[in-house]
Amino acid sequence: MNAMPTPIHRYEASQTEWDHVAGTTEFQDLMATKKLFIVPAFVFFVVYYFALPILVGYAPRLMSTKIVGNVNLAYLFALSQFIMAWGIAWLYVKAADDFDKLAKDIVERAQKRQGDK
Amino acid sequence: MSTALMMFLVFIAITLGITYWASKRSSGASAYFAAGRRITAWQNGIAVAGDYMSAASFLGIAGIIAFQGYDGFLFSVGWLVAYLTVLLVVAEPLRNAGKYTMADVLAYRLKPRPVRAMAAVSTLTVSTFYMIAQMVGAGALVALLLKSSGISYQVAVVGVGILMIVYVVFGGMLATTWVQIIKAILLIAGTILLSVLVLAHFHFSLAAFFDAIGHVTYHEKGQEVVKDFLQPGLRYKPPYGPLDLISLGLALIFGTAGLPHILVRFYTVPDAKTARHSVVWAMVLIGSFYIMTTFLGFGAATIVGRDFISTHGGTNMSAPLLAQQLAGDIFFAFISAIAFATILAVVAGLTISASTSFAHDFWTNVIHKGVERKPGEEVLVARISAFVVGGVAMFIAILLGPTANVAFLVALAFAVAASANLPVIVLSIFWRRFNTAGAVVGLATGLVASIGLIIVSPSLMAIDPPTVTGTARHLIQAKAWFPLENPGILSIPLGFIGAIAGTLLSHEPTSEHKFNELLVRSNTGLGAERAATAH
Repeated sequence: MNAMPTPIHRYEASQTEWDHVAGTTEFQDLMATKKLFIVPAFVFFVVYYFALPILVGYAPRLMSTKIVGNVNLAYLFALSQFIMAWGIAWLYVKAADDFDKLAKDIVERAQKRQGDK
Repeated sequence: MSTALMMFLVFIAITLGITYWASKRSSGASAYFAAGRRITAWQNGIAVAGDYMSAASFLGIAGIIAFQGYDGFLFSVGWLVAYLTVLLVVAEPLRNAGKYTMADVLAYRLKPRPVRAMAAVSTLTVSTFYMIAQMVGAGALVALLLKSSGISYQVAVVGVGILMIVYVVFGGMLATTWVQIIKAILLIAGTILLSVLVLAHFHFSLAAFFDAIGHVTYHEKGQEVVKDFLQPGLRYKPPYGPLDLISLGLALIFGTAGLPHILVRFYTVPDAKTARHSVVWAMVLIGSFYIMTTFLGFGAATIVGRDFISTHGGTNMSAPLLAQQLAGDIFFAFISAIAFATILAVVAGLTISASTSFAHDFWTNVIHKGVERKPGEEVLVARISAFVVGGVAMFIAILLGPTANVAFLVALAFAVAASANLPVIVLSIFWRRFNTAGAVVGLATGLVASIGLIIVSPSLMAIDPPTVTGTARHLIQAKAWFPLENPGILSIPLGFIGAIAGTLLSHEPTSEHKFNELLVRSNTGLGAERAATAH
């Protein structure tokens, strides 16, 4: 661990305290809530993103299909990636407000416990 | 004096003023390395965008689209989508658990000295390679843009080098942040202006614009060719093209979240929530910019044309030449000044992340076992290493010269970040069993695999015709052993395999015990470094 002296007080705790916090239902709850959003979101964006180079690379003729005027499927699919990225970012920020609430509770309890000692 | 030179000087004067202001304001390590952690979400978001959108994006992508159409636009897509990895996986845990560098997070549960030493090597490799690529590009570009003022390549490289050293040594992270913010605003403003002018050229009809892209005319080997530039496949041709494209995508998606100069930006904000919001700000700016490369790139293809660009400085001049064609010399000068600002902001970001890693990881924590012998020593060492890193980059850039083939260095930086840094960051945050041997082997494997595969790739290995001379020639005159320009598809799995194998082949109970501490810290922000109080 970092033994450097810092001007700002840093929260330090014993191994048993960390193990205790990690084992509480509140913390397990936080991890489960985060996982429920982050894992599907990550898988979705990776699949959606790699569909682009795979389709463009291996099905160029399909992707050259014109949709509106001269605008083809390849360009529209590329453009949709921007919307996808912004959409997931927006949803994540919404979801993360809940994570913050759960985390705040855990931090307050831990600090209170340390204050009691 | 040319208008371009005057605009350059105005930008230099403003940024030096900021550096002076920052140097008066900041004292102490957290101020120097992390701007006191008092940067707001929107400020950091703009600064991340400014740190990230290099000349390779602004001039490079516009040029690739102008010459190879749709395939160039695929770069734009990957460069934005990559931020989802930053947002979902690394930004918040890093801010919660770290202090100044990515190695801080690794050092919690692993043995700090070997891990920090390897992480510092990886960080310095990524930063130096990336910096050399930027410097050679900057020198060639500035010399070209300021040709009428008689500025040579060498003068341009030295100028850029001295400026970045001054920003970092005297102004630290605070000055670097504001240089990046100003640059990002200029870049977005210039891009919007150019896009509007391109649309105006087509009487604000998107239909007319896309029709024009449908038949771009130019000459190839004396023959006139007409091509639909929206059609994929002009750059990435079979048999290996599609695979190279996927490999590039992997390097971007996993590499951006491992770029040290991007990661250090998340230490400049007060908490993880602000870090999260700053990524979203960055994504709005970066996404808007890359969508507009449609107008920059295809605009240059249809309005200026490949033939003209080829004889007036080549692909990288596409955007400035488009500006000149649409609104004359003043606008050309303005766009050139933006390109210059773009390079400066990126190299300053690279310099500060490299020198922070050397001072904090290597000097304080590896050599002196985590003890600062005198107050202020770490900052002093960082300042000295900024000098050294900047000087070395200048020297190598001058040695290589303006025609050197350096584009592969950017691919290399992303590949190392994706294959060495990211696996180790992710595994240390998410895998209880992970240990020191895994981190060291993972970092080493990712680093060696990326560099090794690039050396035997077509970027460095090819047979040139005798007309190609000097540093523009490929390093190894033989047929490439590895057919892809981007090693990610092989080096990223190798990095992960190295990290996992190193872990499974060794036993380190302490790293498993201490996992709970990192887990709680990184997910709740308990005990996270706080912002400096107002002064």
